[in-house]
Amino acid sequence: MSYDDSRLGDYLRLRGVSRRGFLKFCAAMTSAMALAPEMLPRVAGALERARRPSVIWMPFQECTGCTESLTRANAPTLERIIFEAISLDYQHTLQAAAGTAAEQARQDAMQANYGQYLLIVDGSIPLGNPAFCTIAGRSSVDLLTEAAKGAKAIIAVGTCAAFGGIPMARPDPTQAVPVSEIIRDRPIVNVSGCPPIPAVIMAVLTHVLTFGELPELDALGRPKVFYGESIHDRCYRRPFYERGQFAESFDDEGARQGWCLFKLGCKGPVTYNACATVKWNDGTSFPIEAGHGCIGCAEPGFWDRGGFYDALSVPHWGTLKELGVAAGAGVALGAAASALAHHKQTVATRREQRAEKDET
Amino acid sequence: MTILDLARGPAFYSAFIVLVAGIVWRTSGLLLMRWRRNLAKPRVPGAVAAVAGGLRAVAMRSVPPHELEKNITFQHFTGYAWHIGWFVTFLFLGAHLPFIRSILGFSWPNLPNGVLLIITAITLGILLTLYIRRLFHPVLRVITDMDDHISVLLTIAPLVTGIAAFAHWSIFGLRYENVLAVHLLSVEALMVWLPFGKIFHCVTGLLTRFRLGATLIRRGVRA
Repeated sequence: MSYDDSRLGDYLRLRGVSRRGFLKFCAAMTSAMALAPEMLPRVAGALERARRPSVIWMPFQECTGCTESLTRANAPTLERIIFEAISLDYQHTLQAAAGTAAEQARQDAMQANYGQYLLIVDGSIPLGNPAFCTIAGRSSVDLLTEAAKGAKAIIAVGTCAAFGGIPMARPDPTQAVPVSEIIRDRPIVNVSGCPPIPAVIMAVLTHVLTFGELPELDALGRPKVFYGESIHDRCYRRPFYERGQFAESFDDEGARQGWCLFKLGCKGPVTYNACATVKWNDGTSFPIEAGHGCIGCAEPGFWDRGGFYDALSVPHWGTLKELGVAAGAGVALGAAASALAHHKQTVATRREQRAEKDET
Repeated sequence: MTILDLARGPAFYSAFIVLVAGIVWRTSGLLLMRWRRNLAKPRVPGAVAAVAGGLRAVAMRSVPPHELEKNITFQHFTGYAWHIGWFVTFLFLGAHLPFIRSILGFSWPNLPNGVLLIITAITLGILLTLYIRRLFHPVLRVITDMDDHISVLLTIAPLVTGIAAFAHWSIFGLRYENVLAVHLLSVEALMVWLPFGKIFHCVTGLLTRFRLGATLIRRGVRA
């Protein structure tokens, strides 16, 4: 990986981060990555000595929510400082430069750090028409392919970049695809979520900085340490599920008592993410704690997997019209089969009667 | 499309169409069946007698006949027990009620899971016991055909997969969403098989008993 001259430890000291604060961050990241406590000195040492990696952040069909998730904090956090400590050479939303200067900065960074820089992508890539999403007149596919060529690894941040997300939802007007559909020869880490948890993004970056390699991934290319368990597995409302105590509406006694939201459409049992453990807003809470079921935003195709308020045990009935068509098709098929059987019996009976008549 | 999406979507729709088509076919087939006219003079005439005979047959054939009581009591009452257990589990498990509400537009309170787990375990135990008995009983074994095997196994499957889904057990290393999908697919398999196998007695059982009673009373036989 290519770095500029300053080391991360020096940079943090310059920014006034105390040794205690730095170790606190290292402990939090070591814990978040589920590493043994003995690894803390190694993480701290590696981070302190690490040189600032060049990072290029390419935004495509996205809503900037992922950037918001990472950068929007009530007070400057260590995560944010670490985020600033990386050499973020290209990020539309955050960088001061614009237009030709911004594009030049990206080209310069890519050339200077070829084969070594980290590429972060948020947003899906449209295949329908190159003009659907362009930067400086160049299509998303073109830009992504070019940037990926020299990247050491790609971090697909957010469900749009990881799995296509909302742009890919039916009817998918832009024919959106995730990064992995276009880039197949570079290691990709999917940090899904709409948006992803900031600590998860930071932990992946920290892991790469510390160990120089990507974390262990699950079948969907997500860091196992954060996406290994379902929301339901770690949900504080799980005991209510076990006892069969469910809220029937968002304002009934069950909801007030904090009972399980399964009947109200919670997708926690089929969603793998760290919301229930890492939580949001500096560990304040997560959607279920705020009284709303999980909508499964970290999973592929979450937008098209039935209503957010339909329980998992409810089939996709579709509209009343579709249901009527299904029932009508069943009745028509059954009636036709029955009429055919009746006709065959009539024909057979007549034949039998004729034969009897002939015999007599 | 994931296996869960398949189970909740196209597979469910297809199973639903087959179920409706099959029920319509079988029932309308019975209704449209050509019957020879019974020219004999009825011993007990009248529609009221026919209805009474039919109802009597429904009632009498729902308890073990006195002559066979000794031999079939076990099978008879365990049969009732698992039927009741199966339907109580289906109708009162919390996770099933949103499904019922999606069909009927309303539902009712669920039973506590602790109670239902006991009922389900007993139901499954009885079903397995009866099936094993069927496999080894000298008489039952002879009269058991493929229809029986399929019907019993498709009745057991939703219970086994349902318990696994409820308890978040990983069958063959499958994750929860896949276990849930297997549970739904097992129910869909049952829906598809229902009109074509012996399980169809759930639709025709009482009707055929009634019909038999009404026919026999005409001949003076109290079935």
